[in-house]
Amino acid sequence: MKRTIAILLANPLSLLGVILVSIVVFSAIFADFIVPFPEHRGAVVDFANFNKGPEWPYIFGTDLVGRDMFSRIVYAYRISLMLGIVVLAIAVPIGVTVGLVAGYIGGWTEYVLMRITDVFLSIPPLVLAMSIMGVLEPTLLNGMMAVTAMWWPWYTRLVYNLTRAEKEEGYVLAAEVIGASKLHVIFGEILPNCVPAVITKMTLDLGFVIIIASSLSFLGLGVQPPTPDLGSMVADGAKYLPDSWWLTVFPGLAILIAVFGFNLIGDALREILGADQ
Amino acid sequence: MSPVARLLAHRLGMSLIVLVGVSILIFAIARIIPGDPARIALGPNATPEQVENLRQALHLDQNIVVQYGYFVADLLRGDLGVSLYTNRPVTADIAQFLPATLELVIAAGIMMIGIGLPLGIISARYRGRWPDNLIRLVSLLGVSAPSFVWAVIFMLLFAFYLPLFPIAGRISDIYSIEAVTGFLLIDTLIAGDMRAFGNAAWHIILPAFALSVSGIGQAARLTRANMVETYDKPFIEMARSYGFADRRIANRFAFRPSLIPSLTIIGLDFAAMLGNAFLVEAVFAWPGLSRYGVAVILRKDLNAIVGTVLIISATFLIMNIIVDLLIAFINPRIRHSQRPA
Repeated sequence: MKRTIAILLANPLSLLGVILVSIVVFSAIFADFIVPFPEHRGAVVDFANFNKGPEWPYIFGTDLVGRDMFSRIVYAYRISLMLGIVVLAIAVPIGVTVGLVAGYIGGWTEYVLMRITDVFLSIPPLVLAMSIMGVLEPTLLNGMMAVTAMWWPWYTRLVYNLTRAEKEEGYVLAAEVIGASKLHVIFGEILPNCVPAVITKMTLDLGFVIIIASSLSFLGLGVQPPTPDLGSMVADGAKYLPDSWWLTVFPGLAILIAVFGFNLIGDALREILGADQ
Repeated sequence: MSPVARLLAHRLGMSLIVLVGVSILIFAIARIIPGDPARIALGPNATPEQVENLRQALHLDQNIVVQYGYFVADLLRGDLGVSLYTNRPVTADIAQFLPATLELVIAAGIMMIGIGLPLGIISARYRGRWPDNLIRLVSLLGVSAPSFVWAVIFMLLFAFYLPLFPIAGRISDIYSIEAVTGFLLIDTLIAGDMRAFGNAAWHIILPAFALSVSGIGQAARLTRANMVETYDKPFIEMARSYGFADRRIANRFAFRPSLIPSLTIIGLDFAAMLGNAFLVEAVFAWPGLSRYGVAVILRKDLNAIVGTVLIISATFLIMNIIVDLLIAFINPRIRHSQRPA
């Protein structure tokens, strides 16, 4: 663990990733103390200052009802990160368990579980989330559910492949020979060896969850106004291109920076932990 | 049966099972709808009798297994029901909007392969030197933003500030092309109108590129990773000691074995692009499935939602079968195999 962190900080690219992610996470947590206009995250209007380009004190400009874009972007980070963490906290245990069971038990269990996984994987991720969002009311909670529903199969596939390779290893046979229960072999022996790959994927996925969630709200199927969201900010601003460019460019870059940071760290972790699939 | 035909049969059977699963899943999602779809479709002014009649017409009064039975029976006759939003058969709606989306996705797919693979090859060949570092950085940036962000940025840069490309649409209004296939790039050629073809091609470049950016990044990263692994193999060492040029080693010996894993993932990326096309279409006012899809989802138009998702999934499965067959043709171990696939 210590060694991993040391390597992360020594490489300039992964260091950049750590810095970007730290900035994003820090600003999301301490949003209330950082932003100049905390009240602008809600339904506030200030028509005296509407649609202003970047100028002090509005470093990223103001939107069409006069709210500070910078304040709204920082609060949007908070929601995106929360969504990402909740989605992974639900999707990863489900996906990993299904993958372990299918890979280890084999036979009919494997066939049925993996075909179900295939079904989820053969609907384009965004389309699946969209159709779930469509039937449910577009709220933050339902958004999390929709994204979770499309996320677990990827972990199932990853862990399934790992398990199939691991179960032929000597240590698994040894555990079986001394009479360890299936439960112990799966969770006590095989699972710990899948952890590096899963952690690497989770780092990369925090970025991808932000992408999918912002895509949903870009289409009007995600978080609803006045809650600030990077995707819906870009969608609202796109109608006013090219004159009010700051309405789209800054939230767009905000997505890019956060996801880029997670990807830089994820890439470095993949190399360090040797967790290639 | 030749090995490739056997593989095709196996994959078709597998895909059919998955498609049945998809239909059950989508059907289940569409029926957990809160509220009464018949009531939503008719609006607040409808009488209870009207609502009841529509419920019966849509079989909403029966239990869910019976409803699914009706759905499958209709489906086998090529009937996806009537869209409550457009009042037309869902198949007609999809037939109208799908070609524009497919044209965009295929153009983006060609860019993904045509730009992403060469970038990956260059990156691996100059491993650790500046072209490698530059390509790795750019491709990582490429996968780090959703396609609508690229669409907005490219539109701002290359349509507004530098007016190189049109801002929206598939073709300029002055051209009226008879729809034969629905693919404008093909229809204009059938009509023999080269100016219209050029115009349509000019319109598709920017949206297709925005859609393909993350795919290009993905393809370049994967190709590089696979090739770097191949470069460590003894046969590359041997090629070097025979004195083959670096370029030939990269393009032939290192690239070919790396192509197969890359292609598999590229097939998966097509799925992502079919979904992401919705985002790019929204930015460039591309008259594809996007606006229809979002409109029917917001109106809780059950038949249209189920139909759209089913068609997109089927398209995706077909594309994946094509990729698998391509791999089978490329891979001599499958092409010449005597064992069942």
